[in-house]
Amino acid sequence: MPRDRSIKKVLMIGSGPIVIGQAAEFDYAGTQACRSLKEEGVEVVLLNSNPATIMTDKDIADRVYIEPLTVDVVEQLIIKEKPDSILPTMGGQAGLNLAMELADRGFLEEHHVRLIGTTPLTIKKAEDRQTFKDTMESIGEPVAPSQVVHDVENGIKFANQIGYPVVLRPAYTLGGSGGGIAENEEQLIDILTTGLRLSRVHEVLVERSIAGWKEIEYEVMRDHAGNCITVCNMENIDPVGVHTGDSVVVAPSQTLGEAEYQMLRSSALRIITAIGITGGCNVQYALNPDSMEYAVIEVNPRVSRSSALASKAAGYPIAKVAAKIALGYNLDEIPNAITGKTFASFEPMLDYCVVKMPRFPFDKFISAKRKLTTQMQATGEVMSICTNFEGALMKAIRSLEQHVDSLMSYDFSEFDDEAFQEQLAIVDDKRIWRIADAIRRGFPQDKIHEITKIDIWFIDKIAVLVEMENRLKMEPLTDELMREAKRLEFPDSVIGRMTGMSEEHVRVLRRAAGINAAYKIVDSCAAEFEAVTPYYYSVYDGENEARVDTGKKKVLVLGSGPIRIGQGIEFDFCSVHCAWAFEKAGYETIIVNNNPETVSTDFDIASRLYFEPLTPEDVENIVRLEKPDGAVVQFGGQTAIKLTQDLIRMGVPILGTDAKDVDAAEDRELFDQILQETHIPRAAGHTVFTAEEGVKAARELGYPVLVRPSYVLGGQGMQIAISDEDMVQYINVINRYTQEHPILIDKYLSGREIEVDAVCDGHDILIPGIMEHIERAGIHSGDSISVYPAMELPRQVKDTIEEYTKRLARALHVLGMINIQFIYYQDQVYVIEVNPRSSRTVPYISKVTGIPIVPLAAEVIMGKTIRELGYTPGLQKEADYFAIKMPVFSFEKIRGADIFLGPEMKSTGECLGIARSFNEALYKAFLGAGFRLPQHKNMIITVRDSEKEAVVDIARRFAALGYHIYATEGTEKYLKTRGVESELVRKLEEETPNLLDLILDHKIDLVIDIPMEGAEHSHDGFVIRRNAIETGVNVLTAIDTARALVSSLENADKNSELELIDIAQIDSRVEKAHED
Amino acid sequence: MKAYLILENGKVFEGTGFGSPRECVSEIVFNTSMTGYTQVLTDPSYAGQSVCMTYPLIGNYGICYEDMESSRPWLSGMIVHEVSRVPSNFRSEDTLDNFLKKYDIPGIQGIDTRALTRILREKGVMNGMITRNGDYDLDRVMEQLHAYKVGEVVGRVSRTQKEVLPGDGYKVALLDYGAKDNIARSLNERGCQVTIYPAYTSADEILADNPDGIMLSNGPGDPQSCGPIIQEVRKLYESDKPIFAICLGHQLMALAMGGRTRKMRWGHRGGNHPVRDLADGRVYITSQNHGYVVVPESLDPKIAVPAFENVNDGSNEGMRYPGKNIMTVQFHPEACPGPHDSSYLFDTFMQMMGGEN
Repeated sequence: MPRDRSIKKVLMIGSGPIVIGQAAEFDYAGTQACRSLKEEGVEVVLLNSNPATIMTDKDIADRVYIEPLTVDVVEQLIIKEKPDSILPTMGGQAGLNLAMELADRGFLEEHHVRLIGTTPLTIKKAEDRQTFKDTMESIGEPVAPSQVVHDVENGIKFANQIGYPVVLRPAYTLGGSGGGIAENEEQLIDILTTGLRLSRVHEVLVERSIAGWKEIEYEVMRDHAGNCITVCNMENIDPVGVHTGDSVVVAPSQTLGEAEYQMLRSSALRIITAIGITGGCNVQYALNPDSMEYAVIEVNPRVSRSSALASKAAGYPIAKVAAKIALGYNLDEIPNAITGKTFASFEPMLDYCVVKMPRFPFDKFISAKRKLTTQMQATGEVMSICTNFEGALMKAIRSLEQHVDSLMSYDFSEFDDEAFQEQLAIVDDKRIWRIADAIRRGFPQDKIHEITKIDIWFIDKIAVLVEMENRLKMEPLTDELMREAKRLEFPDSVIGRMTGMSEEHVRVLRRAAGINAAYKIVDSCAAEFEAVTPYYYSVYDGENEARVDTGKKKVLVLGSGPIRIGQGIEFDFCSVHCAWAFEKAGYETIIVNNNPETVSTDFDIASRLYFEPLTPEDVENIVRLEKPDGAVVQFGGQTAIKLTQDLIRMGVPILGTDAKDVDAAEDRELFDQILQETHIPRAAGHTVFTAEEGVKAARELGYPVLVRPSYVLGGQGMQIAISDEDMVQYINVINRYTQEHPILIDKYLSGREIEVDAVCDGHDILIPGIMEHIERAGIHSGDSISVYPAMELPRQVKDTIEEYTKRLARALHVLGMINIQFIYYQDQVYVIEVNPRSSRTVPYISKVTGIPIVPLAAEVIMGKTIRELGYTPGLQKEADYFAIKMPVFSFEKIRGADIFLGPEMKSTGECLGIARSFNEALYKAFLGAGFRLPQHKNMIITVRDSEKEAVVDIARRFAALGYHIYATEGTEKYLKTRGVESELVRKLEEETPNLLDLILDHKIDLVIDIPMEGAEHSHDGFVIRRNAIETGVNVLTAIDTARALVSSLENADKNSELELIDIAQIDSRVEKAHED
Repeated sequence: MKAYLILENGKVFEGTGFGSPRECVSEIVFNTSMTGYTQVLTDPSYAGQSVCMTYPLIGNYGICYEDMESSRPWLSGMIVHEVSRVPSNFRSEDTLDNFLKKYDIPGIQGIDTRALTRILREKGVMNGMITRNGDYDLDRVMEQLHAYKVGEVVGRVSRTQKEVLPGDGYKVALLDYGAKDNIARSLNERGCQVTIYPAYTSADEILADNPDGIMLSNGPGDPQSCGPIIQEVRKLYESDKPIFAICLGHQLMALAMGGRTRKMRWGHRGGNHPVRDLADGRVYITSQNHGYVVVPESLDPKIAVPAFENVNDGSNEGMRYPGKNIMTVQFHPEACPGPHDSSYLFDTFMQMMGGEN
């Protein structure tokens, strides 16, 4: 069917802030879908509350609204923009739910807006538990038997019917808390009782356990004519029981025979047909490893994380094709952009092996349990490609950037074999390494399989890697051995370690033997057709296919690797815009990255894409082949910055700010010197290496002090110490890994925190705007609410900030981006830190000011001046609206993570509130972050003594809004003396009914819990905070956030009709202001 | 054990031998299926050819004898990137290596199969030798390679004895030109009594058994080398019996009716080929294995018209014969290996024979 011409204006809904389970993959899918729609001449209206995304760029959509994802907002937007259609399948579950709600209310029909790409019935068939079950039964597709129960008795009855073990899933608890697997009746009673209590609707699903079965996924496409194809299948190395987002996944499946492969493929086609999907869908299966029995686990009737992975793994742009199908095209009418010769109705055939590994935030949440369950905990992932599984696994491991470079990266020597056997049963992020250790200890493969349920095929592949470790240790390093080690993707550094040579020596030997990486093309057709899209991966046992000599100037743009807390999607935004800017200027762009969820690794972003680990060795291989004219490192976060010295060693010119100046900003002594020269004050501080030195420095400065390692992003390991004990503990945590650089100890100043991003051309600077944090210093900037423009800063303070920025940028010879954080404390502006690179706030500030700072920085790097680019240097005119960036957390997903905020960043994403008034912007920001208040108008306040005075006013204002306040003893007493009524509630450790009972009653809107400072007490109240989070109660741990929230609620009534702002229009306004 | 793959264009790949140590000269083709090597090995259509599997990891799930598509492997040699040292599947009975040893078929692994595939794609299918003899004389090998022709191989792979699969439905005569077992199985599952005839059985003998329908199977080699068979097919055409033909059978029917076939540059071998049904525009993903193709324009449109076409290259994928109850397809509705999406064609054949029996 040709394109449906009646579709002219489409509303796309994005997935909102990045949270665990809903991450960058939807920016990738959404961006691809928008571009796909636009190339068909469709006008695209985009709604997404997340300002860090590429999809919310005015280059991507025609009208861009960064507004909260609520039904009210979508309704208003539809009335305002009058789209004829909504494409709801690109924005994850969030986008789909919104569209469903609008359809259910009849709003869409009333306003003559139709859903394209899916129908309400289709969504229901896939998402409604009962309808899904009925649909599967009607076509003879098996699902695991399950039943919803409301009491323990019925649970026991059903479990007896289906047999143990059973899986228990409480309804409406976040992060699957309260659920689990019961092996027997005793465990069932235990888990079910808790689960029913945690569930708001006292409902738990009891399901036959298929844990231990193989978990297999198929990505399927279907068009309006009913034509279906599978894009790719994937096999989880971790059997059923671990969320696929947390599993090590391989594509295509490795241990399925033709019979199983085709059986599940046919099933997937039957399912997509029965559900009636037009577009893409993901079907997950559990497959009994000992028979042909299988069960359908779930169907996602939309693009998903798996579809992003499948797109990258197979070279098939699922979102793009799904968007075309939504416009009416059939699969055989959509050309395959990779081959140019085939069509979207051609099933990709892989001639390589893909491994995906999850990236977990356990380095951030030391108290987290690490146990992997059906609740996803990974914040991001890496993908690698090789012609053998072992090599793909080795590449994936070193792509993680988690101090792991091989299967030898964790030490289990503390366990004797008996104890280790128990360890082997643990299902966590170190499982693969434990299996390797089990092989080293001589455990039989069958035994390892029996304990882990991981297929022997994978265990044997790990054994191959362990055997190579042994050969390298025992045998002389012949060319043949080296060749085999490299085929298995052992890095030179690891070969060096095993053979007692330096990495450099291994490299020299290797090159002398002519053992070099070659690059193969991902072409979707196993070389059957010539590919036109240069998307490469490396191998050590084949000929090179990469064509690199085109005569044009080449720039290497380094990506930022897996999404992690502190280094998220923002850096992908920067990398992509940098690549585009260089391309526009006539350069060939070469992107190196390993994150399958991102836009930067889409096949048509750069001139050439290398899907590779971002280690010096892997990058050097590319450099030797491509011989780029320069590399840009300032947009790829710490991942790219860390490679600077190596790039210089390889002879690649660093474009933009010089490496030694980047160092000067990080090196305390050099930086102090610059501050002295430029007469800029900063909080007193010292550098130390050991805990003793730390204690000495802190005593001299006087507690509280800020402790942090250098060269990190996201405040990793950063803490406020209030005592010697704290200092010792924090420094020991930082020194778990050997530090190349000293630890910084600074006097902690509790002032207003101010941040700027600027572009410097070596002489002039351009500051799009000044941002201020709502929370005082001490909470990581990424976790603070950020306000643009900064409120009520005296003129001279703004001038000082502009002046300091200029001085610092010049002193550091910045060419490109610079990010500076200041503290305004007792009428004085201090510098906290300077980062001569792109920062987390860059997408946000460029969107809300309309100044495209990444392209500007790229132009400056290429030699243009700010004036030549048409801008007047200095601080730009302030906008006449407020734009507030609100952090969003994923605490409910990570069991055992403490949620109180401090100098180490914990948020996973952000959303924006933009409005003419500060209060409306704030209200929108809270709304976008998921605060839906008030509901029950009950709240709990428990604060440390030092904040009791500050909380009085906040409590009074909540009370005035009709809130009933519960408070713990000290707080209650204090509030009473200040004339604020509250009800005393017993602490957790006291008898029931206490705080916890109150929370589990599901009648509390909000907990304000400000724990004591310092290592000793900061974990007090941990259980309360966890329980609150897991039952969906909002918890605030900073007084400033609480104050902002109450202000926002006070203004909620006035905000019933929100004014929606089209970000795409901001640009022209600013440019006009500029001309004035 | 070192082994070499020597191509007709002089290119030599060095790898490791597996399977039989025998030397073999054959045509070299590639197959893009990611699973289904057992079916590929035992598909008689590969007689006279060595198959390069483009998927690099082969043998992962071992060999399950039940999955064989004929009595033995028929191909000349097997070319893979890496043979799995540990097969893992609950149905696995043997390793790939043992299986090839058992049937004396040589294999070579550890070569850059993608590079080989690109050569075949760019230069077209060519002959090659798999050998473990490192002292080969390239000139002599070249002579051998240039001289090699797959030729007439149908007679070699076809049954010599008639065989009957009992059933209480339609009586189907299946001509075995190198038939994959799943053709008979697919008919038998639908209740048919399937009588399988050797390739050179005369039309008279078949018609004398008065079948309800006739099935012409797939098979190896150049269709134009099957002169005597083509004459018999012509007689079957005249018989007015419902006929369903697959692959070589489809080509033979076209030749019997005055059409032409041509050799393709590298053929279609894999499980991912989209085929459009010209009647309703629907597209099906099909299993394919052919190096020759019918030139539809060579047929009088009054006799035969295209019924299916390949979405990618527009090549012919099936014909219908106006006024006749005949359907012929180039692809493999019997799958094995590959997707089962077009198995509905066996139901269509049932309809052609008179519907539900």
